Amino acid sequence: MEVEVDIRVDGTPHRLTVDVRTTLLDALRERLGNTSAKKGCDHGQCGACTVLLDGRRVNSCLVLAVAHDGAEVVTAAGLAPDGELHPMQHAFIRHDAFQCGYCTPGQVVSAVGMLREAEAGWPSAVTAGQPAGVGSGGGDGPTGAMLTDDEVRERMSGNLCRCAAYANIVPAIQEAARR
Amino acid sequence: MTPVTPRAMGQALDRFDGAEKVRGLARYAFEQPAARPVYLFPVQSTVAAGRITGIDCSQASAQPGVLAVLTYQNAPRVATDSGDLRILQSDEVAFRGQFVGAVIAETSEIARHAAGLVRVDYEARPHTVDLRGEVHREALRVPNEVLPIFPMHTAEGDVDAALDSAAVRVDQAYSTSWNNHNALEPHTTVACWADDRFTLHLSTQGVNRIQAAIAAAFRLEPDRVRVISPHVGGAFGSKVYPWADVVLAAMAARLVPDRPVKFALTRQQTFSQTGYRPPTIQRVRLGAGSDGRLVAIDHDSIEQSSKVREFAEQSTRATPGMYAAPNRRTRQRVADLDVPTPTIMRAPGEASGMFALESAMDELAIACGLDPIELRIRNEPDVHPLFGLPFSSRNLVACLREGARRFGWAQRDPTPRARREGNWLVGTGVAAASYPVLRLPGSKATIRVGPDGRYVVLIAAADIGTGTRTALAQVAADTLQVDVEQVDLRIGDTAYPPATEEGGSSGITSWGSAICAAADQLRQRLAAEHGGTVPAHGLEVTADMPENPYLKQYAMHSFGAQFAEVRVHEETGEVRVPRQLGVFACGRIVNPKTARSQLLGGMTWGLSMALHEQSVLDLRFGHVVNHDLAQYHISSNADVGAIEVHLIEEEDPYVNPMGTKGVGEIGIVGVAAAIANGVYHATGVRVRDLPITLDKLLPGDWPIA
Amino acid sequence: MRTFRYERAGTVSGAVALLAEAPHGAFLGGGTNLVDLMKLDVARPDLLVDVRRLTSDRVEELPEGGVRIGAATPNSDLAADPLIRRRYPMLSQALLSGASGQLRNLATTAGNLLQRTRCPYFQNVTTPCNKREPGTGCSAIQGHQRDLAILGTSPECVATHPSDLAVALAALDAVVRTVGPDGERVIPMTELHRLPGPEPQRDTVLQHGELITAIDLPPLPFAARSHFRKVRDRASYAFALVAVAAAIDVADGVVRDVRVALGGVAHKPWRAAKAEELLRGGPADAERFRQAAEAELADVRPLPGNAFKVPLARNTMVRTLLDLTGGLR
Repeated sequence: MEVEVDIRVDGTPHRLTVDVRTTLLDALRERLGNTSAKKGCDHGQCGACTVLLDGRRVNSCLVLAVAHDGAEVVTAAGLAPDGELHPMQHAFIRHDAFQCGYCTPGQVVSAVGMLREAEAGWPSAVTAGQPAGVGSGGGDGPTGAMLTDDEVRERMSGNLCRCAAYANIVPAIQEAARR
Repeated sequence: MTPVTPRAMGQALDRFDGAEKVRGLARYAFEQPAARPVYLFPVQSTVAAGRITGIDCSQASAQPGVLAVLTYQNAPRVATDSGDLRILQSDEVAFRGQFVGAVIAETSEIARHAAGLVRVDYEARPHTVDLRGEVHREALRVPNEVLPIFPMHTAEGDVDAALDSAAVRVDQAYSTSWNNHNALEPHTTVACWADDRFTLHLSTQGVNRIQAAIAAAFRLEPDRVRVISPHVGGAFGSKVYPWADVVLAAMAARLVPDRPVKFALTRQQTFSQTGYRPPTIQRVRLGAGSDGRLVAIDHDSIEQSSKVREFAEQSTRATPGMYAAPNRRTRQRVADLDVPTPTIMRAPGEASGMFALESAMDELAIACGLDPIELRIRNEPDVHPLFGLPFSSRNLVACLREGARRFGWAQRDPTPRARREGNWLVGTGVAAASYPVLRLPGSKATIRVGPDGRYVVLIAAADIGTGTRTALAQVAADTLQVDVEQVDLRIGDTAYPPATEEGGSSGITSWGSAICAAADQLRQRLAAEHGGTVPAHGLEVTADMPENPYLKQYAMHSFGAQFAEVRVHEETGEVRVPRQLGVFACGRIVNPKTARSQLLGGMTWGLSMALHEQSVLDLRFGHVVNHDLAQYHISSNADVGAIEVHLIEEEDPYVNPMGTKGVGEIGIVGVAAAIANGVYHATGVRVRDLPITLDKLLPGDWPIA
Repeated sequence: MRTFRYERAGTVSGAVALLAEAPHGAFLGGGTNLVDLMKLDVARPDLLVDVRRLTSDRVEELPEGGVRIGAATPNSDLAADPLIRRRYPMLSQALLSGASGQLRNLATTAGNLLQRTRCPYFQNVTTPCNKREPGTGCSAIQGHQRDLAILGTSPECVATHPSDLAVALAALDAVVRTVGPDGERVIPMTELHRLPGPEPQRDTVLQHGELITAIDLPPLPFAARSHFRKVRDRASYAFALVAVAAAIDVADGVVRDVRVALGGVAHKPWRAAKAEELLRGGPADAERFRQAAEAELADVRPLPGNAFKVPLARNTMVRTLLDLTGGLR
């Protein structure tokens, strides 16, 4: 069964006809030729497909395109309009925060989304992890500038990196967060 | 062999493909533009051994959009000596998950759905998939063929007598688990059959081996098979040998000429289709004087192979070269099971074997009342104990001492359970690392210089994330004695001169040596024939990787020392590793930035191997139960603490003209032992079976189930 | 994945009516588990009724001091909500210890409660499973047992419920508001999920086509001092081996009131009623905490591969209560 959906990807509007079964990830990769988001597990278990969907980081492999008619999607390619790299992308290069590069667009998008979440005061398991009443759980979350390395690690754990560049990803994000 | 003077080598350049990768613009195999593609989805066996008694494709074939259903009844015949690749050739089933069919369809959604509608009936045979069960049977045998270079069995002196009379003895069994590579990019192929030739875009560590396998299987001249592997999304050994997915894609391409067949394995399928690190059961016996000097080392390893193709990794390979002992023996045996074929996986052999040896060394240090670093220093050999050759360079002791200094080892109280922070017991552990300097024969390089002063370097090498595109260009620049900006390196295509696989940390040695030879010839010809200036039509030379005259004179290995701080929750058994420190002696470092990343990655792999990784086999069904990334755990960001990588400066003029020894594998070697040793120091509990999960450290009484 | 019809209903009653006529249809929320299971051919709906925009997606204060959570509230919004963090911190912690930032952004509150077990045999259509195909047998009970239940199991099923949120809600005496073909009803959270018994295919007491519209949390002032502790095989991004949600009210060394629930141990979030009973009115010390934990675990039926969960659950329960009461050991 096919349906028509309107999706704006990296600033460009698209109208496309998709099988109702088509995920946002497959719509991007197989229909629109935008292969920035990657397929690593297809089940929300690795984070390589992370995009910003209406401003929030999500696993595009678990999103049915049909359910997101009118959505605004940003991939790692869209973070660098006209080829001008996003500060997060510069930081990833400087810190060699990737090797094979396959999880990287997802890491970069996730990191950008994560910093927005932190700036909005959203807590993480690290922020909120201590028994409440003994200190935390109530107050505002840390701002982007105040994220500890442990905060970054926890908040980025939905993005697996098999080359295991984690020890470079954390300082790259910290550097971008300071900007 | 003239050493290359480093200019570009040694510079911490950013990856040349970085700007493409951070935007997701670097194209991997599946992402190549393909006109009118079709999609392939396989049907997998649901028995571990047996034969197919019936296939019903009618429902699948009736689906709109289905172009063809492949089974053994209609698949093209293939000619191959690899059982892994001999798919859809008969009704036999050799392991659960083996391909028994496939659907070709207009979309991926249709192909996958239709594949689920293919009905296959089987006559199952009893199967054997349990390595632990096999250990007690007569079925173990010495493998015929293993990874190259080192013998399966080694022996010197009288090990049993020396052990009997030793003042101090360690005799323990260690085991490691079935691990899957789980490169984030699953194996993918885009296969097209047009004009009587194949064009295959795929994700591989070496295009030439794939080309040879497909050409042979389909009885074609190799030049009618072009293999292109652009960017590769991780491999770790799983993309060296061709697997059945490539053959299946090629078969499908023959059925739908002129239409590119797109085939990506699902994550779940990679667990049965792309090899794995075989589980091992090892026994290490060490005998020493009360001063810790070893008199005997005995290392025995049992692992598994499949019934379709033999594979054995040399998990005892590092042992003969590590420590001086007059009496030594290593043995290796395999059981052939109804399972998929294992394969090489990051530091194949060393990763598993050194967990056992370096855990046993820690146990020996405790038995002798010696510091584990001092124990290793006391047993440092003058020459390679097995080969009797001097080492081209050996800095294990320097690594251990430098690591001890940086890690703060001197302040360590060796008493177990001596340190706690809150409810966390804190310990530290150390282990040694070693990996041979490997060179694989068969690489050629072409260098073409134009009057514009630009040098095009062609070699069918691979960049699987190791940084080849950057580091090999640095090598090429120095061998040519030009700026790295003048070099245009092209890799990953059988249209270029052949190259060996990216594997065994051999890339820079093998490809770099070939490029070096070509550069030498080019410079000589420019000087001799053209007065040192580039002729108007340019100049091109091609050279093979030359022999290394020192191979028979020196033993060549990298060495390292791994340190870990380990925390174990005293009530839950949870393990955390907040700090790892590695010191390595790997010869010349071509690119300190990418090399450090390789070592960091390897050390994190070691952490993951130590604490998380385990493919659980269901003995009744014969499949890996936890076949996805939610259940097969690899370290996540939160599992990784502070990691320090330090390098000992090392000049080694014998290994190759660049003086490099490889950095891809050694980072993982010894880490699991360092962590297990740290766990013992923290808790007093010795875990000899990987991974070190919390149930192995939970205190208190357990109910009998 | 089978093909299906996709509908977006305009109202709750419309959605319920659509599904009432489709015995094999399903509601679609965030999709994080349903789409996952459809790809695996475990879920085979022929109609998806998208309900993401039908119910409230926010947290509201109720007049008597409680809180109402709209069913469509994303997990991340719920975890970050100031009211939730202040009044029921364990709820926020439970959500934040589950899944990943990306998944929490997609997953809804109701969907979180209705996710299916992650038992590997349930998720693999090539192995028998009574929950997926009633009557075919349980592959897990003699298979890979690490993640299986130790409490309330049946010979037909030993699966665990994967939700962390549900554990915190069970401890907090939350109630679930639904609209179904037979009208509205209110279900106590502790009764939403079932024990497997002979019908493991039914995870909850919900009827086909019954839609969760909201979750109500009653006021529980001492829950401002509460904690969710999750023990798992990875430091993050992993399902619980054992989880404990606890809130405790202590005065002068005596437990005035307490709420405890366990996750990762049963087919449903396991409210530790026996432990609570033993704790109320008793001393807030390690010895009593241990007795309470052991009383709760007296009826465990572990398997060889998950017996470790028994001491793990006991120790984690004791440790959580100790941390909440400032006790060290």
